[in-house]
Amino acid sequence: MVKRASWFNLAAVALGLAFLYLPIAILIIYSFNESRLVTVWGGWSVRWYRELLNDGPVLAAAWVSLRIAFLSATLATILGTLAALALVRVGRFRGRMAFSAMVYAPLVMPEVIIGLSLLLLFVALDLDRGFWTTTLAHTTLTMCFVTVIVQSRLLAFDWSLEEAAMDLGCPPARAFFSVTLPLIGSAVASGWMLAFALSLDDLVIASFTTGPGATTLPIQIYSQVRLGVKPEINAICTLLIAVVALIVVIASLLSKRYALAEEREGAFAAPM
Amino acid sequence: MVDDNASAAPLVRIEGAAKHFAGVPAVDGVSLDIAKGEFFALLGPSGCGKTTLLRMLAGFEIPDAGRILLDGEDIVPVPPYRRPVNMMFQSYALFPHLSVESNVAFGLKQEGLPRAEIKARVDEMMKTISIGQFASRKPHQLSGGQRQRVALARALVKRPKLFLLDEPLAALDKKLRAQTQFELKELQRRLGLTFVIVTHDQEEAMIMADRIGVMDRGRLVQVGTPAEIYEHPNSRWVAEFIGEANILRGEMVGREAVRTPAGTLRVAACGAAQGEVFVAIRPEKIRLSARRPDLEPDNCFAGRVSALAYRGDMSLCTVALQSGAELKVAVPNFMRGQSHVRGGDSVFASIDAAACVVLTQ
Amino acid sequence: MSGGHAWSGRARRLVVAVPYLWLLIFFAVPFAIVLRMSVSQNAIASPPYLPLFDPAAGWAGVKEFAGALTFDNFQRVFSDSIYTYAYLKSLQIAAMSTAILLAIAFPVAYGMACAPRRWQPVLVMAVVLPFWTAFLIRIYAWINILQRDGLLNDVLMALGLIGEPAGWLSSDTAIFIGIVYSYLPFMVLPIYSVLEKMDQSLLEAAADLGCPRWKAFWLVTVPLAMPGVLAGALLCFIPVIGEFVIPDLLGGSGTMMIGQALWVDFFGNLDWPAASAIAIVLLALLLGPIMIYQHLQMRALEGRRW
Repeated sequence: MVKRASWFNLAAVALGLAFLYLPIAILIIYSFNESRLVTVWGGWSVRWYRELLNDGPVLAAAWVSLRIAFLSATLATILGTLAALALVRVGRFRGRMAFSAMVYAPLVMPEVIIGLSLLLLFVALDLDRGFWTTTLAHTTLTMCFVTVIVQSRLLAFDWSLEEAAMDLGCPPARAFFSVTLPLIGSAVASGWMLAFALSLDDLVIASFTTGPGATTLPIQIYSQVRLGVKPEINAICTLLIAVVALIVVIASLLSKRYALAEEREGAFAAPM
Repeated sequence: MVDDNASAAPLVRIEGAAKHFAGVPAVDGVSLDIAKGEFFALLGPSGCGKTTLLRMLAGFEIPDAGRILLDGEDIVPVPPYRRPVNMMFQSYALFPHLSVESNVAFGLKQEGLPRAEIKARVDEMMKTISIGQFASRKPHQLSGGQRQRVALARALVKRPKLFLLDEPLAALDKKLRAQTQFELKELQRRLGLTFVIVTHDQEEAMIMADRIGVMDRGRLVQVGTPAEIYEHPNSRWVAEFIGEANILRGEMVGREAVRTPAGTLRVAACGAAQGEVFVAIRPEKIRLSARRPDLEPDNCFAGRVSALAYRGDMSLCTVALQSGAELKVAVPNFMRGQSHVRGGDSVFASIDAAACVVLTQ
Repeated sequence: MSGGHAWSGRARRLVVAVPYLWLLIFFAVPFAIVLRMSVSQNAIASPPYLPLFDPAAGWAGVKEFAGALTFDNFQRVFSDSIYTYAYLKSLQIAAMSTAILLAIAFPVAYGMACAPRRWQPVLVMAVVLPFWTAFLIRIYAWINILQRDGLLNDVLMALGLIGEPAGWLSSDTAIFIGIVYSYLPFMVLPIYSVLEKMDQSLLEAAADLGCPRWKAFWLVTVPLAMPGVLAGALLCFIPVIGEFVIPDLLGGSGTMMIGQALWVDFFGNLDWPAASAIAIVLLALLLGPIMIYQHLQMRALEGRRW
């Protein structure tokens, strides 16, 4: 939709963005506050970052979270992309309705329900709760997000490109990997990043499905937050924000190249 | 040019191919032979099944019934990536993430040829098609005509036994289209390949093809050279689909005359036709004159020009005959500066017996 | 487009089977187990429920198992006012916050859709970026601001609007702020993506036919934005009902949402059957909206908007 933006529109967007970023900005600023109290500004300092480095449990939890996030994101991306392909490309198959219901449900289901159900499954299978159960749980939760992202890219994809590849001698698998995958690459990468962030971030499901020795960062933070605001938490949060922001910026720079190619593919793919 | 050896086996033989989508027959029992080195056109209105038939040849549709033989071998069970058949897609389907050169080389890479040979063949093809200077550009940096050449080069560099083109000129503007028609025909002749082209543009089919297969609703209604199809249509439908035609309904009187609303027409002798028939007359075959011509023409009717469409190179007139029937007449504009015919003129329309095609369907 | 006839049957089966199997095991089966748990009894044991199903016990074992199942948990859920209160409170909070979200998100999405094309990807990224940073962090950030000796009170006192620190935290207001803050991207993005695709010439046609701008907005833009609004509303409403973290950290002790009730029963009382019953009833409540959402998704899949 192209319209010249009125002052109202600009104000709405500006206010919305301010609302979104203000708390984060405050949090970052106060992570450098020398004073323990939020009301008192004690000057710039990295005191809390130093204390963070000595905080064993928090660091251990961060490491656990990063590993779980990486594994589950990768697995979720593979499964989610397959699911998107099944829904968009394979056409009709038996049980398609049930399949799509299962794929899209986690998007809207309250996390407490998902967490509870997965924990009961692990108990029934007599699995020790910990690192791997949390990874499996996160994979199940995040794969639907990947599916939604990849699916919308696939819907706009020009399938005659794959046919052209096959016409020129590529068996279907090779056609997929050398033509389709590079062109939907940015969507798949976005899916991975989203899955990563969601896993890193998840408190509820991890609480249900993890066990001793595999405390995730959100669980660690949560247990400390319940006791009150601690400046150290500001520091770890700021670090997390920095890490995620870095990933997002790098990813968007990288994807700019690919996105351009994909945009053009869409632009001239079907003049008729 | 068509292979003169008439007894040589056809390159492609389609036997009773059929395909339906959701109960609707897209291709309904089509049988067709295509000779080696031929430029064949599948022509028909949209939805007639020509694209489906083409895709069957390429391997992207599997016929529900029938066989397709390429060089005597049934290719229906062969997947598209193993057929010696290549296709140029309507949207060209150039790989946007690869350069022009990589696009052209793509098919050869799949064959596993040595790198040096691939480069040699790619360079040669790019020179033949005049896209050498774009070698390192990406498809989005090219114009429509340039992209089409790349698509051509990419397919032809594999030297396929059969080359299929899906509405190749649809995306080009009129001037470019005329030029490309000529170039495609030249290319086909020079390389000696067999082309099958799908189009809904009859002018395109007539100009480029050695033979045309006209399709309607999944069936092949007539196959022949452009001249055969134009001058000897086998049905009203074909007569009206290709070019313009006057169709008069009438009844055979004897063997050389048909009684029609326009009057009794003298026609060329046509063997078995009797009873109710149709007579098709092309507009350009009717001559208009201000006075009754001296040499007695086979047929001559008096009338008045009721409508005139000036096209520049000719005028398409509607002549209302005294008998009440109407005829469309194409009058060439051979004299500059003055209109040969004007609306409202009283004219005489002369038609040779040979120009009347008697049709039974 | 249902192509794929060029993909071998084997490839197609694989592409479908792998995620299907995963989801069956990790999504469908767990729900069956929750169902079973909801009709079990609580027990001081490990695992903390009865009856235990012993496949080795044969048919007699099955009968004994079936006999020990009970609907007590459901009875409690329906009769105990704590749960009723929690369900209703959750519905109320979810409905109101969805409405607030809509009111805020629509102008933002509209502004984004009107923005120059060059800026749009940047704006989308800006809206999505907070979402990438940890959910917990953002809630925590609000604790910072809303607590008694936090920033909001500082600012308000400095401006002279209040005389002494007010209790923003531990209240329904704080919950609303937290929910709106966390779910804003979920409401903005679906609306934005629908508005952005809207054909400008529709508005021009309306103007040509004599419609003033404000009227064209209500008669053309809003109806066309409905699929996005609906998707966004469902994407917020349904998960918010079951929210746990936000009411737990930002809400007061007087407010309990159903997610908290489930958590307390499960982790606090170790009453797995009760928690399961709560989950089943919640699921039943949400079945309607979830199905509507599924329907929207399937339509989007087929490329139709309506």
